[in-house]
Parts: sequence; C-alpha cells; structure tokens
Amino acid sequence: MAILVYTDIRNNTVKKNALESIQFARACADQCNAAVHVITGKIEQNTHGVLQSAGAHRVLECEALESYTDVNGISEAMASYILSQGIQHIVFSYDYTGKALAPILAGRLNAGLITGITHIPVFKPDGIEAVKTIFGGKASATYVLKSEIRILSVLPNSISFTQFENSEIQHEHLLLKLPLAKVKRIEVKQNNSGAMAPLPEAELVVSAGRGLKGPEHWGIIEDLAKVIGATTACSRPVADMHWRPHHEHVGQTGIAIRPNLYIAIGISGAIQHLAGVNGSKTIVVINTDKDAPFFKSADFGVIGDAFTVVPKLTEAIYRFKNSNS
Amino acid sequence: MKILVAISHVPDTTAKIQFSADKSTFQSQGITYIINPYDEWYALVRAIELKEQGKASHVTLIHVGLADAEATLRKGLALGADDAVRIDINAADTFEVAYQIAEYARSQQFDIILTGKETIQYNSSAVGGILAGILDLPFVSYACKLELTSASTLQLEAEIDGGTQVLECSMPAVISCAKGMAEQRIPNMRGIMAARSKPLQVLTPQNHTEKGKTITYELNPGRSACQYFTEDQMDELVSLLHTQAKVI
Ligand SMILES: Cc1cc2nc3c(=O)[nH]c(=O)nc-3n(C[C@H](O)[C@H](O)[C@H](O)COP(=O)(O)OP(=O)(O)OC[C@H]3O[C@@H](n4cnc5c(N)ncnc54)[C@H](O)[C@@H]3O)c2cc1C
Ligand SMILES: Nc1ncnc2c1ncn2[C@@H]1O[C@H](COP(=O)(O)O)[C@@H](O)[C@H]1O
Repeated sequence: MAILVYTDIRNNTVKKNALESIQFARACADQCNAAVHVITGKIEQNTHGVLQSAGAHRVLECEALESYTDVNGISEAMASYILSQGIQHIVFSYDYTGKALAPILAGRLNAGLITGITHIPVFKPDGIEAVKTIFGGKASATYVLKSEIRILSVLPNSISFTQFENSEIQHEHLLLKLPLAKVKRIEVKQNNSGAMAPLPEAELVVSAGRGLKGPEHWGIIEDLAKVIGATTACSRPVADMHWRPHHEHVGQTGIAIRPNLYIAIGISGAIQHLAGVNGSKTIVVINTDKDAPFFKSADFGVIGDAFTVVPKLTEAIYRFKNSNS
Repeated sequence: MKILVAISHVPDTTAKIQFSADKSTFQSQGITYIINPYDEWYALVRAIELKEQGKASHVTLIHVGLADAEATLRKGLALGADDAVRIDINAADTFEVAYQIAEYARSQQFDIILTGKETIQYNSSAVGGILAGILDLPFVSYACKLELTSASTLQLEAEIDGGTQVLECSMPAVISCAKGMAEQRIPNMRGIMAARSKPLQVLTPQNHTEKGKTITYELNPGRSACQYFTEDQMDELVSLLHTQAKVI
C-alpha cells in the first residue's frame, strides 16, 4: 500500500513545502504500514537523497507535468492512476498548487478532504482525525474523515522536521495520461522581491504599517529584514495606498502567514490583521502607543518610535551576528 | 452568458469567537453575519460589473444553508444580482456544500461559476475545486483578474508562488476569486428596494453520503503576557530572540 504525495518539484527544484508534505505523509504511512510515493516533475538523481531523508520511499518522476497547466487535466490523469493502484491516501501541501489540485481531485474521486492541517493526523480503525486552523488561526477544528479515499493537505510551516534513514530510494518514470489542456498559460509575472522567500513559506517576516508615514521610510524596514534574511510584509492600508506592492499585504484579506518570527512595526493590530498573522510562533511589536491592541498578541514589545527603535534593533542584531560567527 | 456566484454566510470579521462548553458548536448568539468578504467584494462585484458591461446576461446567487442566511442573500441581490437560490441544509462539510451546488448547476446552464478563495471561518479553499471536480470543468483558483475574451474563452490572472500567471481558459469554468478582481461596493437605496422583490428560491437538498465532519472546535491558546523592552535594551531583546524564541 502507498500514500501518494503530489509535489510541485519542477526542474529539479525542491521547495520546503514539498519536503513538509513528504514528512507528513511519512508520519501517516508509519501508522498504517504504508510506503511514501512522491510524484514530481523532472528530478535528477542528485536530489533523490533530499526526498529520501524527508521520508520518501519512491519517486514517481512525471516529466509531462513540467509545462502542463490545467489542474482539471492533472486531476483526471491522477484519478485514473490512483484508482488503478488502489491508493487510499493522497497528500498535498496547502500551497497554491495544493489549494487548486487537492479539492478538484476530491471532487473527481468522490473523496473526503481536509485542507490546511496543522498536526499529524491520527489513524483510527473507522477513520482519520486531523486538526486544522479555522477563523484565521484563532481556533482549531478536529475533523474526522471516513470516506474510502482521503485527501489531506498540510499547512506550510506547521510540522517539525525529522530525518529519515531509508534504504535506497526507488525511482520510476510515471506516465500520466494528461488530456488536452483547457487552461493554457500565456505569461508568468514574477514579483520583484529579489532573493526573499515568498511570504507563505517565509520563516522570518518584518512587517510595517501606517505608522511608517510614507513609502519613503521603508529603508529601515528593508535593512532590518536584510540583516536577518526576512521577507517584508505590510498592513492592508499600506498596500491600498500603494506604499508597498499588493503581494506584501498580510491579514484576513491578504496572505495568511505563520512564520517563526513576525516583527510588526507601526501596525495597530486590528483584528483583521491579526487573523492572518496570529499563527506566527514569536511576535515582536514596535509601536509608539502603549495601548495599541497588537501588544496583547505579542511575545515581545517595544513601546517607542519606529524611526529610532528599528535602526537600534538592526544594529543589535548585526552586533549579535558578528560576535557569534 | 449566465454567471452563478456561490455565497457563504460568515460571522462578521470582528466577531468574538466562542464555542459551546462541549466544544461541539460555534456560539452564534449575538453574532452579526455578513457575506464572506471574498465572495462579495471579488466574486459578486466582478459578476455584476460584467453584467453592467453587457457581457453577462444573468447573475444568480447560490447559498447552501438554513433560512437565517436569507438576509445575507438579499444583500447580494441589493448589490445587483438577479435572483438567488438557497439549498436548505446545514451541510456537514465543504464536500457537501460543493455537492449541492454541483447538483443545482448541473440542472442549469452556467458559463461561469464564481466562488471566493476561501471562507473566513473555515479557511478551507475547497468548495470551488470540488465543484469543478464533480462537474469535470476547468478550474482556476486564486484568480485576481477576469476578462471575457470571446463567447467561449476567459482570460485570467491568478496568484502563484512569488507572482501571478496569465491564463486562458475555456468556458464553462469554475473560478475562485482573490484580491484584485474588483473593488468593494455599498448597495444603494434603489438596489435595496429592488432586492425585496427579486426571486429567492428555496430548494430541498439532494441525498449525499457524509464523508467527514467536525468533531470538536477549540480556541487556540493565547500568548502569555508580552515582555517589554525599551529602545536601549535591544541587545537583551536580540539575546532572548536567540535563546528563548530560537528565531535568530
Ligand atoms: C473586512 C476587513 C478586512 C480587513 N483585512 C485586513 C487585512 O487583511 N490586513 C490588514 O492589515 N488590515 C485589514 N483590515 C483593516 C484593519 O481593520 C486595519 O484598518 C488595518 O490593519 C490598520 O493598518 P495599520 O495598523 O497599518 O494602521 P493604523 O491602524 O493606522 O495603525 C498605525 C499604528 O502605528 C502606530 N504608530 C504611529 N506612528 C508610529 C511610529 N513613529 N512608530 C511606531 N508606531 C507608530 C500607531 O500607534 C498605530 O498603532 C481589514 C478591515 C476589514 C473591515
Ligand atoms: N455554504 C455555502 N454556500 C454557498 N457557497 C459556499 C458555502 N460555503 C462556501 N462557499 C463558497 O466556496 C468558497 C470557498 O469556501 P471554503 O472552501 O469553505 O473555504 C466561498 O468563498 C464561497 O464562495
């Protein structure tokens, strides 16, 4: 028996989300004596080891996925493969790829689905139980799935990592019969975010709000982000006023994130902002107003003017990094 | 050109979240409900814009849920939708919601089915995809722009990791809508008056075998009290970020 993991590994590039979904699948597989089979696009031999230590037993390399753009077509081809192999559990990352493909596959296979899971599910004789966050991280729900085929997607940055030592990983070319695509890609537009990790997978995030008073003051934010290798984010009004690009907007109506560190500068901490960042493991708030609501959701707070506090924090980190290297 | 817009009915964004003592249900007393922001601001407003431009002929709203959502549906009608359908069931999970919408859509001829990217309460991002899977239709998720380019094709821009992609898609299709698609609107008096007499049809649900359900809800533990630092204690803060939080 196998648990199937669908990844967005393309052109031999493995992102953290893919490894997390393999880890998650392995923890499931160990509960029901299954092996972990991983669908990828083009992948070289030298990358097999990374998937192996994340917990994979077999790589199913499907080169046809490299340039194919129709999720419905992928779901059709995957569904017939899954049925032919008698596969019961399919795992995705709850990233853009998984958000599109997991539900469409569920619809096609008449399978139960839980998306955005935060903990390793528990396999019980009559079904599996899994926990996911709801209300933008304010609460959790435990779901039970009893359908014959079950599809699970794991929220990025929510499970801790273990290294596995498997015997040699197996490799196989998978020939999925992809139908003529009804959705065609015309163009890809990259955000101009340089070397920063995309927000949904960033581990460290430096974010600023209207307290910064204007786009010309973002230099101190970028300096701080740079010294720790963080991705920059912003509150909604800041994106709405075009001080920062829209893809930096976090919160209920923007991107929901759960980095290890979230530094919020000149952001009041409105409930809709918190809804998208509350899952962060450590929150640092810098604000002039001691009554700013954000302090109630913070681990560490500095009551002070961003224009003096932020450069001092950047310098302190710089000193710390130099003395520790 | 007919458009179906899936509307969910959710607690207002500032609602205080509480569950019953046995953790089995969300406490809805005293909570104001609204149209899920993504369904309203993005999916519905874009559908209405297409109708105003003469590109769509009819905009239908659909909601799977009980009668208490009718005020929410009327608001959607006040914004400019032509009619609304409510399927009278308290669905067990997102699959059941999608299944009921699919059964209805199958009996009609819609060219575009729009959903929001996710509901702000369950954050599942699943209904649109399941619908497309059941109906075997093309699916584009997290679309931030939508234009009709011919009688049978759409051009879309959709979010991906680190950017967006421009796509061409044949109709009929299911599209989940994200920020950028349209701007929020406020219904005007004329719309509100007109909404009162627009058709709101209530349908009985189709039979569906339950695949799963929620067994418990729980509030996430809050943070322990904030530790404060002055601007001259940045070295202490950094050291705690290293030793305690292990993030630097
Ligand atoms: C349905 C809905 C959805 C929403 N979704 C989102 C969302 O996804 N994301 C989001 O962010 N918002 C969202 N909002 C908006 C939200 O309610 C707030 O209006 C917004 O988050 C406020 O942004 P802000 O904190 O940057 O600005 P403000 O509320 O103006 O706060 C600025 C803060 O900066 C502080 N400050 C001022 N000067 C300085 C200084 N020199 N140094 C340090 N601090 C300083 C002030 O004390 C204040 O706390 C939503 C609202 C609604 C109704
Ligand atoms: N009960 C419902 N009735 C109608 N549409 C719904 C319902 N629940 C969710 N939807 C639609 O599906 C989208 C995604 O919801 P979800 O998959 O639950 O996150 C929402 O933005 C709505 O457009």
